[in-house]
Amino acid sequence: MITLENVTKIFESPSGAITAVDHVSFEVPEGEICILLGPSGCGKTTTMKMVNRLIEKTGGKIFVDGKDIDDYDPVTLRRTMGYVIQQIGLFPNMTVEENIMVVPRLVGTPDAKARKRAAELLGMVALDPGIFLKRFPRELSGGQQQRVGVARALAADPPVLIMDEPFGAIDPINRETIQDEFLKMQANLKKTIMFVSHDIDEAVKMGDRIAIFREGRLEQYDRPDTVLAHPTNSFVREFVGGDRTLKRLRLVRVGDAMHPGAPYVFPEDRIGDAVARMHEYGHRSIVVLNREDMTPTGLIRLAEVEEARGSCGEHAMRLPGRVHVDADLRRAVSEMFTQDTTWLACVDSDGRFKGHITQRAITHLLGETYRHPNEGVVPDTRRQRGEAVLEPETGPIPGAPA
Amino acid sequence: METVSFIVQNIDVIVELAVEHLSIVAVAVGLAVLTGVPIGIAITQNRQVADTVLYVAAMVMTIPSIALFGLMIPILSLVGQGIGYVPAVIAVLLYSQLPIIRNTYTAINNVDPALREAARGMGMRPLQRLWRVEIPLAVPVIMAGVRVAVVINIGVTAIAAYIGAGGLGTLISRGISQTDDRQLIAGALAVSLLAIIADYGLLALQKKLTPRGLQV
Repeated sequence: MITLENVTKIFESPSGAITAVDHVSFEVPEGEICILLGPSGCGKTTTMKMVNRLIEKTGGKIFVDGKDIDDYDPVTLRRTMGYVIQQIGLFPNMTVEENIMVVPRLVGTPDAKARKRAAELLGMVALDPGIFLKRFPRELSGGQQQRVGVARALAADPPVLIMDEPFGAIDPINRETIQDEFLKMQANLKKTIMFVSHDIDEAVKMGDRIAIFREGRLEQYDRPDTVLAHPTNSFVREFVGGDRTLKRLRLVRVGDAMHPGAPYVFPEDRIGDAVARMHEYGHRSIVVLNREDMTPTGLIRLAEVEEARGSCGEHAMRLPGRVHVDADLRRAVSEMFTQDTTWLACVDSDGRFKGHITQRAITHLLGETYRHPNEGVVPDTRRQRGEAVLEPETGPIPGAPA
Repeated sequence: METVSFIVQNIDVIVELAVEHLSIVAVAVGLAVLTGVPIGIAITQNRQVADTVLYVAAMVMTIPSIALFGLMIPILSLVGQGIGYVPAVIAVLLYSQLPIIRNTYTAINNVDPALREAARGMGMRPLQRLWRVEIPLAVPVIMAGVRVAVVINIGVTAIAAYIGAGGLGTLISRGISQTDDRQLIAGALAVSLLAIIADYGLLALQKKLTPRGLQV
């Protein structure tokens, strides 16, 4: 846990005193990622650097796990916090292994143990220790270097990580991958992380909480969905962007907006059964599943088969689209737009049919917070994965005209 | 042809003088590394001090060697070392300061600020940062300074023969006073050759000292 109380930083400059950080107070709970977000010069980086005392604060208090950081020698303090910077800063004269071993060596970890840890960490950031341990930084790509940078920060197993735009210098494709891997790692490691970013999309993706800064002041500190749904003032509203509700799509998993237990038929079933089932559910179409592996293979529309005979297989049409239950709603909506449809079949990793998701259900879910602004906040999916699935209040109607 | 036979006949003398010559340069540049590198590192802490130190070192460089030897005679006579080996070593030591201090200063100053930031943020103390990061990265540039110092001072040492320091300059000065072209040419050739060999030798050392991660 990191607690800031009235933290202030005043820089003396020839043209007078400049208040870079102005009475900022907030708390990063144990095991969460807090994103410090804002335009350049807003005080986010200064705030972060005051935590590991690369910059000494002018006023206020900072506590890490309840202990005042001023009670420590700054160097000792820094060794208890992992530090990752945008420029990566791997030491070019050291191998990957030596780079990772820097802090363990500084704190006197036995060499053999530090080496073992280096190999382990490299595996954790998805680099083969057999290949990469003995390489030099210049022999790695930017993405690989930053993975090593993250491994190095974790080497002494610090409870707290300080990250200064860690993925800012990596190309967009690699950045997505590294972000995803980092989140996966964090799910196990549960470090308390302070993470500086200027990218709202990154903040929404990575943050458990977002602290938005402007001119040294903390403008809003909330869960990402709250920041997007209920910005506290015009600055935050503008900063998160006019498409802020679309950004919320990222925060919800398909599985959480999906209507489970949707009806289906097998190709061998009689078409009359399909018609009966559609009437029973009030749906205008029904998904056809392969009986062996329960994968959706096609679709039957009520309007086209009401008078028809034969098996379902004979009348099945192409399925307009499908989406993975673990994908976010952004992916689902994009797929709907691509396929020009208002609903999608949801499948798991084995391709098995799990239910369906409709535009209406998505709209309903996102609108919840506006109807009940004090309670209805979209759940943080990373935290609540596997818990209760939100169900739309009215049954969705697949195939309904858009 | 005469010169060639002179060289062949006197090869042992020439080699002896070359060793003497080299030992003056080696001792003096060795001492210059021991003083110049710490000075170069120290002045990175303060821009104004750095400017002053580099200015003084550059000024020393402009004093003609023959004048410097002349200046040192009365001063060193006080300790009975007015001429010979000691003033030669001191002169070379002084002339070596500029390339060594300047290259050290530049190399340390040019270490990527991100590396310094990373080192500090990870909890290295200033001396740990210096030893583990900054000096290893500065080695190639510092060594380049040492090479320049050695090459310049192999020339300077040739003139030290006039104050009785020995070395290959003896051949040259004798060749001039005796109007003996053979000695003059043999001495000049040997000095040039020595400079080239020393430079190549130090280049090899530079490559050896450069951290593997920096070698392209």
